[in-house]
Amino acid sequence: MTREYNLKRADFIFRNENDWEHILSRTLKKDRRELINELISSELKGRGGAGFPTGLKWKLTSESEAPQKYVICNADEGEPGTFKDREILMKVPFKVLTAMAICAYITGANNGFIYLRGEYKFLQHDLQKAIDEFIYYCNDINFKFSIDIFMGSGAYICGEETALMESMEGFRGEPRNKPPFPTGQGYNRMPTVINNVETLAHTYTIFKHGAKKFYDLGVQFSRGTKLFSVSGDTPKPGIYELELGMSLSDFVNDFGDGDTKAVQVGGASGFLVPRKKFSETNIGYKGKLTGISLPTGGSMMLFNSTRSMYNVLDNYLEFFREESCGQCTPCRVGCQQLHMGIKAVKQGQKPASYLEKLLKLTETMQYTAKCGLGQSVANSFSSIVENFREEMIY
Amino acid sequence: MAKKINITINGVVYEANSGETILEAARNAGINIPTLCYHKDLCVAGNCRVCIVEIAGQSRLAASCATPCHENMEVYTNTLKVRTARKHIIELLLSEHNADCTRCYKNGNCELQNLAAEYKIMSEDLIPLAAYKNYSIDMFSPSIIKDDSRCIRCQRCVRTCSELQGVNALTVAYKGDQMKISTFFEKSMNEIVCTNCGQCVIHCPTGALIEKNYIEEVWEAIADPDKHVVVQTAPAVRIGLGEELGLQPGTRVTGKMVAALKSLGFDSVLDTDFTADLTIMEEGSELLNRLKKVLVDKDDNFKLPMFTSCSPGWIKYIEHMYPDMLQHLSSCKSPQQMFGALAKTYYAKARKLDPEKIVSVSVMPCTAKKFEANRPEMHDSGFRDVDLVITTRELAIMIKQAGIDFPKLNELKYDRIMGVSTGASVIFGATGGVMEAALRTAYELVTGREIPFENLDITPVRGMKGVREASVIIDNPLAEWKFLDGVEIKCAVAHGLINAKKVVEAVKNKDAEYHFIEIMACPGGCLGGGGQPIPTNSEIRDKRAQAIYEEDANLPIRKSHENTEIIKIYNEFLEKPLGERSHHLLHTFYVERKRH
Repeated sequence: MTREYNLKRADFIFRNENDWEHILSRTLKKDRRELINELISSELKGRGGAGFPTGLKWKLTSESEAPQKYVICNADEGEPGTFKDREILMKVPFKVLTAMAICAYITGANNGFIYLRGEYKFLQHDLQKAIDEFIYYCNDINFKFSIDIFMGSGAYICGEETALMESMEGFRGEPRNKPPFPTGQGYNRMPTVINNVETLAHTYTIFKHGAKKFYDLGVQFSRGTKLFSVSGDTPKPGIYELELGMSLSDFVNDFGDGDTKAVQVGGASGFLVPRKKFSETNIGYKGKLTGISLPTGGSMMLFNSTRSMYNVLDNYLEFFREESCGQCTPCRVGCQQLHMGIKAVKQGQKPASYLEKLLKLTETMQYTAKCGLGQSVANSFSSIVENFREEMIY
Repeated sequence: MAKKINITINGVVYEANSGETILEAARNAGINIPTLCYHKDLCVAGNCRVCIVEIAGQSRLAASCATPCHENMEVYTNTLKVRTARKHIIELLLSEHNADCTRCYKNGNCELQNLAAEYKIMSEDLIPLAAYKNYSIDMFSPSIIKDDSRCIRCQRCVRTCSELQGVNALTVAYKGDQMKISTFFEKSMNEIVCTNCGQCVIHCPTGALIEKNYIEEVWEAIADPDKHVVVQTAPAVRIGLGEELGLQPGTRVTGKMVAALKSLGFDSVLDTDFTADLTIMEEGSELLNRLKKVLVDKDDNFKLPMFTSCSPGWIKYIEHMYPDMLQHLSSCKSPQQMFGALAKTYYAKARKLDPEKIVSVSVMPCTAKKFEANRPEMHDSGFRDVDLVITTRELAIMIKQAGIDFPKLNELKYDRIMGVSTGASVIFGATGGVMEAALRTAYELVTGREIPFENLDITPVRGMKGVREASVIIDNPLAEWKFLDGVEIKCAVAHGLINAKKVVEAVKNKDAEYHFIEIMACPGGCLGGGGQPIPTNSEIRDKRAQAIYEEDANLPIRKSHENTEIIKIYNEFLEKPLGERSHHLLHTFYVERKRH
């Protein structure tokens, strides 16, 4: 027998239940306020990566007064190393659609949209078929709701909720100033709930099994399960549903190839954790009790000793440099300076101490960039440069 | 009344209006927060991030231009964290910018340069990025030069072109490190639907968008002993020029400007106001003629409403966007071009000069005038009618170069002939002015009586509302105009092309019935033109407008048809409005232009 790890696998999301019609019609008979309280008590947080409490988001939107409200499913899954939403939409689309309808019922929205990543064009046909069937059923039970697919065009920044809405409105995909937040002024400046695909799928579990079942999984501040997209130097890449709160060393013991040097948690905009910090790092949202907690949209990239961390960082920065929308100074120019800066240090054109200047610069980017993209470049940059400084220089 | 809230800035409690941004509250409290992408005329972008401040309880810094105040908010504008971040942002902008300031046209009047000076950015730590990009300078337009290497991507020009003008000639292209301000298919500025209005130029904080200057050409002409250089000055120059030379906005400097021009060495300093009055005579007669043709003769070849044609930005706009409406345009040339055609004919003859040796220079509050003078049809005098067009700003540069102490100059009068101004022509510089001047004259021509407004001030057409309407009922006209008896002449005034679009659409869709419509491409009319001093914003435009109406009120003659030189030119040269000579020299035609 192998040693029992502290990894708790779960199977909610992909469990083939085929009971969405029942769940939908049952839930639509319940009191809206009770449903919101149920969702709030589950402590479900957004699974796209930012971790905003889902129940609160729905509550705020339901309290906004407006002639029109919207529900948007964010399927612009663009974070490097994340591929879970694709599987959800392929395997259990009805869970997501049901969750959208319930959300519409609670918040008072009439229209729903799925913002589908441009590269997921191949999903569109089957998803549309599912939507047609779903809306047919909604009409049957006299619930007025529509769902349209909006195809993205391939920009990473359009996964940012307000850039996504700008793009849907026909403008350049550029993040808006916040406040106002989408719960007050979202798509077409109307109150909008925008949730990640996986978040919506979890609400299905909550409305089916009750908040308690979900709450009992995971740890304090990080309740429930989460899908992980495991990639990199691992013998078993794939998608796994795990309870939140696991320690990274347990994760590496299970998924590593025995030579894991570092794990990038949360994709290019997440943190790189070196081997020496595996045991003190937990995967979950920030809380007071746990040690270092790293949230993630689900991307877990493992690197073994054959990988150059300089190349990894170079790759991330090239990505950000291209995928920044370019509107705000810290992100547009900052990414270029970081990318060219590490190259200059590597090639000896700048002294090693230049890395400190760049680290300070990332701090400014974190404080001042307009949206999450520019703010989070500092995460991978500082965690790689600080932990693998030698590799950056020589 | 907005609700009052309390906000603490740097430890001191201030009262602010609810709904105000932190930036507005701070500036009202006398605390300056630097900005770059912010402009009073435009919507908030929040993209330069220079105006960041610290809010107690938040780890991230907030863009003060885009963050609303809340009750009991605690804001810090000058903490170490703020200063460090702001300095970084300025450094980042400079690293992307072609900071070769001594070779920049905007050297000394650049918001980025001012910030760099204020924050003493001395280090050269960051990698200069401009060197890695293949920037080329777009110099193909006769009016505007676009230099991407000096662009800081604040998008003020983009917002200007879209929000104020509705033209959208400039827009954002690409993303990330490639992101830049570009045009349709990256064509050059002379190949796109650009009206040359220059609003982007007066809203650009750096040297990325500047006017094409003809300063050296003017100096050369002045220095040439064989040439007789005449200069005309547009109505709005006299109330803007002072701002560039150390005087307060709204200062009238007509006499000093004339003195400065003489001191620069122009052979004759004349006034575009004279041809503005002439425009009123021609355009007013054209309107009355059209009214007769449409109302009495039912002649389909004549269209109402008639649009004014003084603003070359508006002309190019309608040529691109509504070519089917060109018949609605008055056939009158703009005052600048009327002046040009007369300078090399009427003036040359009167002063016994060889028109070939005349260099006709105009000082305009406008960049589109450079394009207009360049139009191939503008050669009715047998030569290029207007040789060189410079803006108010370029004139200020020349005055500085000549070492003239402008505020101390003694006031002088314009030369003759073609140097007499009236109140009617001065107000051409403000939105609604052409309409007011035209009504003053047309009403009197038709009825033989003064227009029934107190002091001749036709207040309904004044002000800064985007679209204004007025109407005059013709009562008991002279025998010749009997068909107008009891007719209500309906007029509209629009300024800023976004408002022009509204009016044209209304006319097109028959939602509104007008007889005469004045349109100026720039917000505020010529006083807010693209060639006027930088900065220009709503407050400054209001002050300039006030100065224009003061000038009008102070002039002895306030009606175009009473201008002594106008009476003289019709007696001696033109014979009558819409006469054969007028037709040849003072009227023009328009061309259809593509939209892409």
